[in-house]
Amino acid sequence: MGIGFGMVQAMVTPATGAGSLKETYLGAYRWMLLARVSEEKYASLYRGGKIHGSVFLGKGQEALSVSIAVNLRKGDIFSPLIRDQAGRLAFGESLLDSTRAYLGSRLGAMRGRDGNIHRGRPRDGYFAMISHLGAMIPAVAGALLARRMKGMTGAVGATTIGEGGTSTGAFHEGVNLAAVEQLPLVIVIANNQYAYSTPASKQFACGDLVDKAAGYGIAGHSVDGTDLAACLETLRKAVGAARDGGGPQMVVASLLRLAGHGEHDDFRYVDPELRRTALGRDCLEAAEAALLEKRWATPKEIAAWRAEAARQVDETVAAVQREPLPNPDEEDWCALSSKRLVDGFTTE
Amino acid sequence: MSITYLEAIREAQAKALADDPRVFLYGQDIGSFGGAFKATKNLAKEFPGRVLDSTLSEDAIIGAAIGAAIEGMRPIVEMQYADFSTVGFNQIVNHAATLFWRTETPCPITIRLPSGGTNGSGPFHSQNMESLYAHYPGLVVMTPATVEDAYSMLLEAVAIDDPVIFCEHKYLYYHLKADGLPTEAEPVGKAKIARPGRDVTVVAYSAMVHEALEMARELATEGTEVEVVDLRSVKPLDTDTVLASVARTGRLLAVGESFPWGGVTAEVVARVASAGFGLLDAAPQRLNAKDTPVPFHPNLWGTHRPTARAIAIAVRELLRS
Repeated sequence: MGIGFGMVQAMVTPATGAGSLKETYLGAYRWMLLARVSEEKYASLYRGGKIHGSVFLGKGQEALSVSIAVNLRKGDIFSPLIRDQAGRLAFGESLLDSTRAYLGSRLGAMRGRDGNIHRGRPRDGYFAMISHLGAMIPAVAGALLARRMKGMTGAVGATTIGEGGTSTGAFHEGVNLAAVEQLPLVIVIANNQYAYSTPASKQFACGDLVDKAAGYGIAGHSVDGTDLAACLETLRKAVGAARDGGGPQMVVASLLRLAGHGEHDDFRYVDPELRRTALGRDCLEAAEAALLEKRWATPKEIAAWRAEAARQVDETVAAVQREPLPNPDEEDWCALSSKRLVDGFTTE
Repeated sequence: MSITYLEAIREAQAKALADDPRVFLYGQDIGSFGGAFKATKNLAKEFPGRVLDSTLSEDAIIGAAIGAAIEGMRPIVEMQYADFSTVGFNQIVNHAATLFWRTETPCPITIRLPSGGTNGSGPFHSQNMESLYAHYPGLVVMTPATVEDAYSMLLEAVAIDDPVIFCEHKYLYYHLKADGLPTEAEPVGKAKIARPGRDVTVVAYSAMVHEALEMARELATEGTEVEVVDLRSVKPLDTDTVLASVARTGRLLAVGESFPWGGVTAEVVARVASAGFGLLDAAPQRLNAKDTPVPFHPNLWGTHRPTARAIAIAVRELLRS
């Protein structure tokens, strides 16, 4: 049942030399590719009316997201948010679990009760976000606090949010609590310039979001979120510092969301000028260019990897589409685990 | 030995900490200071590292308790006042209450809410939140009215694998005393007959049980026998015990200290009307606080909330109909 920590966790160890740097980069790139290809498939299923609810793409944020997960280890906690398909897969969520959540399979972890990005397996350290932004920060902090009480050391928690989410009270309360308790928490902020349609200029007034780290008394890191190598290195440092007792680490990545808020959104509000700046660079294309430039891969290899990802996605989707859907007659319609405490009058 | 309602809450926490290494306490000023009401007095010293002072952040306190519960711990959270739990409302109703249903991960957290009015407390230190929390699926809501229940229900709350909202009434903290702590208790989910009577059923919970009992003693001198039902927990709500009482008396008054729109008393009346219409000899009634914020001055507060006198008036009216 548990999430399998797949090949990349085994393959990607903290970079210590040129050889392992290449391996880390290639491994991360493959997860980014699988994330992009799987989300393109979900988007197409959504447009075809095969997915209920919405589909939220991480397009443009894969380099940042994957860099968090490949720097985490088994036993760490990851609490992803809306644009973390790459990080989710790299952390160990199977493509099957992801697809089951989107398609509402009864066999998935969420069993049709919740869908799309609101998924996880909390007991495996893979938290299931609620939609209310900032709410997951204290939850991860509390899990780390619990581990400290239990005498477990060495684990790190990482959670993500956008620049919009930094405006919530929950964000402030959570980051401040983690700072006061000096917890090994990495808070990754993807400043993707828009919270739904609201531009960053209407979201915060400090010069740079990373300035907020000083206010909390925690370390801050800035990174170009479109540059996979930079993201891998920054997250390696931040996760390492948290693991080594350096307290909470705030990572602020600059990038641009290259999709709508959800697939229902045509994102016409995005300033076209912004798309032509360095922020608007597609991190996946940039990573491919770097692979070719460094001669770490040939165009033929990249094409083969993409074809392999597409095959994997198509097979998974086909398999899940044959799975049973949620059945209201087989639901217990009970929100408590203590069945004896169910208020029978209202449920009968 | 005499023990107060507040001391019973402290003793229950001490026992929970002693019995189960997964239990810890979390809240504002609860460590060496012992809490705003001293419900955790000396516990930080007796259980080092397990009674944690939090930041002044209700959302983060509940959020952290949820994270700790996912890690297998059983936190008891103290909100300094029930009123302030609205700052953590999102974590309670959207996170804690949905976690098991969404992910099959139990969320065994107990949230203690020092609830209800006392002299001079005003709009932000007097509220009763049970109706709000009972509205949400995924929560158990307890409203103990006695010293014995405060003790045994708090221990049961900690043992339950689901989030529990534990509404402890501040008015009872020092006023209410018992001879000792109970060794056994009725399980949560069972109401009890606090006083038997054949003429009219008054359903109450928390501090209102005592107002109802005072009223019942007064009416007994006039020859009226009031049956008082103590709900003990409002979710689950023991409809069967209420219906059985109404079957004996034919008349129902539900009393609650919270605001009048909707809520526990409305739920009791609705259930009896729909499942026990034929048992009723008169239209079922309910009595709540007034539909204004809770006033500060005792002259106003004493009229804002239902008192024994106000309940007596409502019962006499009901007996005439």
